[in-house]
Amino acid sequence: MKPFEYAKATAHADATAQAANNATFIAGGTNLLDLMKLEVMAPGKLVDINRLDLSEISQTDDGGLRIGALVTNSDCAADKRIRDDYPVLSRAILAGASGQLRNKATTGGNLCQRTRCYYFYDTAMPCNKREPGSGCQAMEGFNRIHAILGASDACIATYPGDMAVAMTALHAQVEIEDKSGDIRHVPVREFHLLPGDHPEKDNILEPGDLITAVILPPPVEGKQIYQKVRDRASYAFALCSVAAIVKMDGDTIASVALAFGGLAHKPWCDEAVEELLVGQQPSAELFGKAADLLLAEAQGYGSNDFKVPLTRRVLISVLKKATQTGAAS
Amino acid sequence: MESTELVVNGKAHKLEADSRVTLLDALRNHLGLTGTKKGCDHGQCGACTVIVEGRRVNSCLTLACMHDGDEITTIEGIGQPYNLSALQSAFVAHDGFQCGYCTPGQICSATAMIEEARAGWPSFVSDDLDGPAELSDEEISERMSGNLCRCAAYPNIVNAIRQAAGEQS
Ligand SMILES: Cc1cc2nc3c(=O)[nH]c(=O)nc-3n(C[C@H](O)[C@H](O)[C@H](O)COP(=O)(O)OP(=O)(O)OC[C@H]3O[C@@H](n4cnc5c(N)ncnc54)[C@H](O)[C@@H]3O)c2cc1C
Ligand code: SF4
Ligand code: FES
Ligand code: FES
Repeated sequence: MKPFEYAKATAHADATAQAANNATFIAGGTNLLDLMKLEVMAPGKLVDINRLDLSEISQTDDGGLRIGALVTNSDCAADKRIRDDYPVLSRAILAGASGQLRNKATTGGNLCQRTRCYYFYDTAMPCNKREPGSGCQAMEGFNRIHAILGASDACIATYPGDMAVAMTALHAQVEIEDKSGDIRHVPVREFHLLPGDHPEKDNILEPGDLITAVILPPPVEGKQIYQKVRDRASYAFALCSVAAIVKMDGDTIASVALAFGGLAHKPWCDEAVEELLVGQQPSAELFGKAADLLLAEAQGYGSNDFKVPLTRRVLISVLKKATQTGAAS
Repeated sequence: MESTELVVNGKAHKLEADSRVTLLDALRNHLGLTGTKKGCDHGQCGACTVIVEGRRVNSCLTLACMHDGDEITTIEGIGQPYNLSALQSAFVAHDGFQCGYCTPGQICSATAMIEEARAGWPSFVSDDLDGPAELSDEEISERMSGNLCRCAAYPNIVNAIRQAAGEQS
């Protein structure tokens, strides 16, 4: 690890001012310290935000929930209101990492976690995300875990997280405080970026921006499912995951929200697929069409070709489960 | 250099160390508590698990200076050779280890995991998120997946935890 200066933030303004001046926030540290040990990241200064007042989950005026940026993944998944009204979020969080990591991982840090691309982690290799302009070793290398949707010639990495996939299906908003103390809200759907020509930029945060909370809209009716496929039964990142919230009206689909993990540089969503399903009666043909549309532009890079048929099957199986009437969620 | 006070197994320690020192290295190299083990140093194996403010965490992925004033329990604080905790006795009774390298982490992790289940925390394999969280073999395996054992003593680890959790409930 490269030497760094360490400071504890005492207030939001203190934290954002230091971050605007080239310091990096540390929350749980479970992603940042991992990368700092390998010198993939080498910040000159760390601002510890753990003493800020961001550890509460509270009700919003419209009946939604405000999850403070420092709420741990464990506390979020175990919160009674989230278990009851947003089970897809509890399930997605519980599908990620391990008990120990979830006790440290925070809501803000989890959103900002970086890709697990092997070459990003290996400083001996070219990588446009780590070192812009150096090339992308994954393109023709080992790319089993890489993107099949929305990738660019510069980078085919995936956003590896689970929590944000559920938040995408839930239409959550990220609350951000900037260095002048202004607060803005950005839909989780727009928080992460596609790699384009600038894969070094994972998300829309600007220097000094502090995530203060994630806001969930009022609970929606319907069945909520989080399905994750990975190389082992637990403690592994998603090769493909699907978050689904489906409401039936008799035997037709009244509303659908879908989000996908492990497929792209961001939690993937496709409103055209949701629109195709709404108002229809569930059938194998309909689900097949939805998968065709989702994957129309999918592209494999060799070792990740399997993700195309895999995603198709996972989506169809989730839709089947979600549209079954009668059974409990 | 950062000055940090760590309250380890009930005893306060003053630490003067570089900001880069992880909690794991502070415990082992600065305080001489070598029960906590370093496996991967990257959050992937669980050998370094300790209990901080009541919660199990990977001590390799956190800095000592981030824990000023925190209460930390290591394997040395859970039991001693002639005064084993129920879980430690169960590990002996069930042969829950071979080389023993992962064992301190397994025991710290399971000690806190039993409390999590008692508090009703669900897991990825819980059918009902609203519990109660019964520690079946499947639940134990899922909740302990952050602790790897290269000797693959898993079946006996699960047996030991099931027994200790049952005795305590
Ligand atoms: C072995 C292993 C397995 C894992 N498996 C999974 C998995 O299966 N699924 C999954 O989803 N995750 C997994 N993870 C990743 C884990 O979820 C993340 O490491 C964790 O969520 C990051 O949160 P943190 O608070 O520790 O972040 P930190 O490491 O503290 O920070 C991460 C980044 O976020 C920034 N940041 C933190 N808080 C804020 C804020 N409030 N505002 C602005 N920026 C901020 C930091 O500056 C840093 O750049 C795994 C991790 C490990 C080590
Ligand atoms: S896929 Fe992206 S992160 Fe991986 S090597 Fe290529 S540029 Fe780097
Ligand atoms: S040494 Fe900390 S998890 Fe492996
Ligand atoms: S007993 Fe050897 S690693 Fe677990």
